[in-house]
Amino acid sequence: MENRSFVTIANHSRQKIEYLLAMAREFEQNPNRDILRHHVVATLFFEPSTRTRLSFETAANRLGARVIGFADPKVTSGTKGETLKDTIMMVSNYADVIVMRHYLEGAALYASEVAPIPIINAGDGANQHPSQTLLDLYTIYQTQGTLDNLNIFLVGDLKYGRTVHSLLTAMRHFSPTFHFIAPDELAMPDSYKQYCRDHGIRYVEHQDFDANVIAEADILYMTRVQRERFTDLMEYERVKDRYLLKLPMLSKARENMKILHPLPRVNEIEYAIDDNPHAYYFQQARNGLFARQAIICDTLDITLDEIK
Amino acid sequence: MQNKELLVAAIKNGTVIDHIPADRTFEVVNLLGLTEVKTAITIGCNLQSEKVGSKGIIKVEDKYFTDEEISRLSVVAPNAVLNIIHDYAVQEKKPVMMPQTLQGIIHCPNPKCICNNEPMRTLFHYNTDTNSFRCHYCNTEIYASEVIVEK
Repeated sequence: MENRSFVTIANHSRQKIEYLLAMAREFEQNPNRDILRHHVVATLFFEPSTRTRLSFETAANRLGARVIGFADPKVTSGTKGETLKDTIMMVSNYADVIVMRHYLEGAALYASEVAPIPIINAGDGANQHPSQTLLDLYTIYQTQGTLDNLNIFLVGDLKYGRTVHSLLTAMRHFSPTFHFIAPDELAMPDSYKQYCRDHGIRYVEHQDFDANVIAEADILYMTRVQRERFTDLMEYERVKDRYLLKLPMLSKARENMKILHPLPRVNEIEYAIDDNPHAYYFQQARNGLFARQAIICDTLDITLDEIK
Repeated sequence: MQNKELLVAAIKNGTVIDHIPADRTFEVVNLLGLTEVKTAITIGCNLQSEKVGSKGIIKVEDKYFTDEEISRLSVVAPNAVLNIIHDYAVQEKKPVMMPQTLQGIIHCPNPKCICNNEPMRTLFHYNTDTNSFRCHYCNTEIYASEVIVEK
């Protein structure tokens, strides 16, 4: 049987990504449908993540599915020493699809290899978070009307931020130009720069983060610079305010430019920006619902034609 | 002279594994499970070799290895050659070939990888261009020189 799991977006073709985005667009027009009335969706969160879980559970509920699962790993048998495989095999008896988040890297891929039902990766450690990437792509498409030939600025933690890595790899089909803005300690890893060179993706690295730099952006993708990522705390103190986005920095921004953020935000986007027309991070989070509805349906082999 | 004769002493039937890097000789013994073999085994170490400098040789009487077993050697002794002996004559020389995927052979150095936390076999993909291995599960990349073999 074909494995319809959604574990990574890295290997998806342009056509497949566009297909999922078209599905998400259908759900944006009408998110409340009864197409999963006889389905059970399991959400297994071996690591707490309230917003991702709520987004997936809302997606399932609005499609008429029943949701089972756990939000707190302390209540699972894993704490009694049960293996992931055993938990997955047990839940596979009850549900039609499993949405799982796990603190170990590769957990979702392994689960997809042993489970008789599809697995949706809702984050596996520092490795992948493909539903976030799909909602990012959907938001970029929604705000720009295209995914092709865009100037995408990635700001903040480009070393550990899995969302920026996944976005970078997923955008390879669309001829983007990336702009990297990060402290030295959190710079984009060489392996991803090599990935850009191998796939003909243009990239520029900036030292400054100001109105002149932002003026070229179509998308400004902000991430959080976290104190605990620094080995040298003096360095953190020196750079921590350099990557904060403040309202005057938008003075030269293009009209179409939108500010995205995977959330949660701490202080990297000034609150005064929230009401600015360039701010789009809350709508971006809302798009997570439609992207996840598309993912759930695709794993259950429900086609775009069936939801039109 | 007597020593030299001993080193090259022929076996009637079996396998002579030659050109093992000297410092990995005993890893090869473990990888092939030779501690369980009941036939005669001769292990030579720190012998002179033009191909790998200082080499090891292992001679195993009445034992032939499967392709899967041979592929296990590729990560520790990529230049090794297996001489297949029948009736004192070398019937075939089999070089070790690096397979595209290696299951249960390489230890993943990432403690947060699922393969280090579940009762499962590791799986790595070999990249010829970079001479490195990528973990199938967590995507950690390691160079051939850094490989640690699974216990």
